[in-house]
Amino acid sequence: MSSDVLDKRELNTPETGGPKSKIEVNDFNFFYGTFQALYDLTLPIYERHITALIGPSGCGKSTFLRALNRMNDTVIGARAEGEVLLNGQDIYAPNVDVTDLRQRVGMVFQRPNPFPQSIYDNVAFGPRVLGRPKARDLAEIVESSLADAALWDEVKDRLDASALTLNPGQQQRLCIARTLAVRPEVILMDEPCSALDPVATLHVEDLMRRLSAQYTIVIVTHNMQQAARASDYTGFFWLGKLVEYRRTPELFATPKEALTEAYISGRQG
Amino acid sequence: MLKTEQAASLPAAQAETTPSRRHSGEWWIEQIIRGAGLSTIFIIGLIFLFLLREGLPAFVRISPLNLLGVRWYPIEELYGLLPLLVGSLLVTVGAVVIAVPLGLITAIYLGEIAPLWQRELLKPLIEVLAGIPSIVLGFLGWVALAPLVQQAGAPTGLTAFTGALILAYMSLPTIISISEDALYAVPKEYRDASLAIGATEWQTIWRVVVPAARSGIVIATVLGIGRAIGETMAVMMVTGNAANIPSLATGMFFQPVRTMTATIAAEMGEVAQGSLHYQALFAIGIVLFLLTFAINSLASMLIGGGKQQRSSQL
Repeated sequence: MSSDVLDKRELNTPETGGPKSKIEVNDFNFFYGTFQALYDLTLPIYERHITALIGPSGCGKSTFLRALNRMNDTVIGARAEGEVLLNGQDIYAPNVDVTDLRQRVGMVFQRPNPFPQSIYDNVAFGPRVLGRPKARDLAEIVESSLADAALWDEVKDRLDASALTLNPGQQQRLCIARTLAVRPEVILMDEPCSALDPVATLHVEDLMRRLSAQYTIVIVTHNMQQAARASDYTGFFWLGKLVEYRRTPELFATPKEALTEAYISGRQG
Repeated sequence: MLKTEQAASLPAAQAETTPSRRHSGEWWIEQIIRGAGLSTIFIIGLIFLFLLREGLPAFVRISPLNLLGVRWYPIEELYGLLPLLVGSLLVTVGAVVIAVPLGLITAIYLGEIAPLWQRELLKPLIEVLAGIPSIVLGFLGWVALAPLVQQAGAPTGLTAFTGALILAYMSLPTIISISEDALYAVPKEYRDASLAIGATEWQTIWRVVVPAARSGIVIATVLGIGRAIGETMAVMMVTGNAANIPSLATGMFFQPVRTMTATIAAEMGEVAQGSLHYQALFAIGIVLFLLTFAINSLASMLIGGGKQQRSSQL
């Protein structure tokens, strides 16, 4: 199947003059205890592009996302097989420092989850836990991260206010700023807009588009329009398998697999 | 007052206009619940009034200089409260210094680090500890702890330190249990967010989970202090009951002291009702009451300050 799924020509791989891959997933299987959640995944994730993962609930797309920075490690009984190469190095190798990995592969969650601390402390959290930055450097990092997350203008006069005083859309952008503050290489987003209203959703999508100039972004979404609007590549998951993975416009315009077509046209799922 | 009367008469008026049994039943239940609720406040008020009536005369009849003196010696009409205050303070502060860090660390272990089976086993055990009668702990302190303290070099085993140890042990179950509940209530989302940034387990616990549980931990500490400052029997047995201000030179904690509670308990039986000594003991009661009131107010201020305002969720 994998040769069907990954049509190199359509994916615009480096060989065809396309982008280079940031993450290479090879024959990846994932288990919760005896339940197999992911089957034989093989796919590249391209540097400085947005990759969307779509599929019905329980299809494994979130599990896959959380496998990319090993957040699944906290689940008892979780087990991975195969390789996930980040810049060519297997993140499941025994000598990998998980905290270092997660700093490089950041994550934004479904529900905005700022810490119940000030806006400033939320953004400063990452730099502080990773080292002891000087106060002036820290202030710079906080400002640039908030600016990159398109939140600076809204909060610059109340950095000491509690993050919980922000509205949900602002909270989510704060969470993105908090992730940016540790200068990750990859940003994983797990349905980042599902708790937001349409205006806040568009804000976040704009932001993703701008961030993709610097960062590799992988987003899980239930929202087909969002995947079509905001991503460069789309992978369709079904029962733990990757059914189809192509450039977004092509996947939505001319899906090759009957399952994909049924799902994106709303007849299946 | 007017307001409550109005509120109370409202259901009654309804009962008249709609003459159904359900409404009058409702009215009675409301009255009973209100009565039960208000009676608590009423009783507290009565206790305070009684304390004031019996104790206030002491502040008039005994000169302030005498009250602030360093000798408590009722036979000679010396009613210096200072040694008793210092005694209570030493024992309580000592207990808090020992119990709060230990309790918090235990709570962190139970809530964040221990595997599930250990948590399920240890938590009920710790709650059982809270039920041990204080006299039993006092007895243990007397028989087992005091000799150890003496061996460690104190002039006697019955010291403020011994009392603090026993009190710390007594307040530990409260502090552990409530802190652990507070830590457990911290949403998993905070932990995920912290781990996903690259924080270690310990950084996550110390910088995210513990601050988020702050108000619960403050409550735990205050309840622990409350237990310590009000405790009588165990302390009376192990602190030596000498109403002296311990001298700084030889280590304040390792000398016998007498607490306010122990003084009341020890002397109440032998005073004539209405005598000066009797009133002086009630005056101690007033001081204790004000102290616990102050500690509780401080705690609610701390908790109020720590509460973050939530925006209205969309």
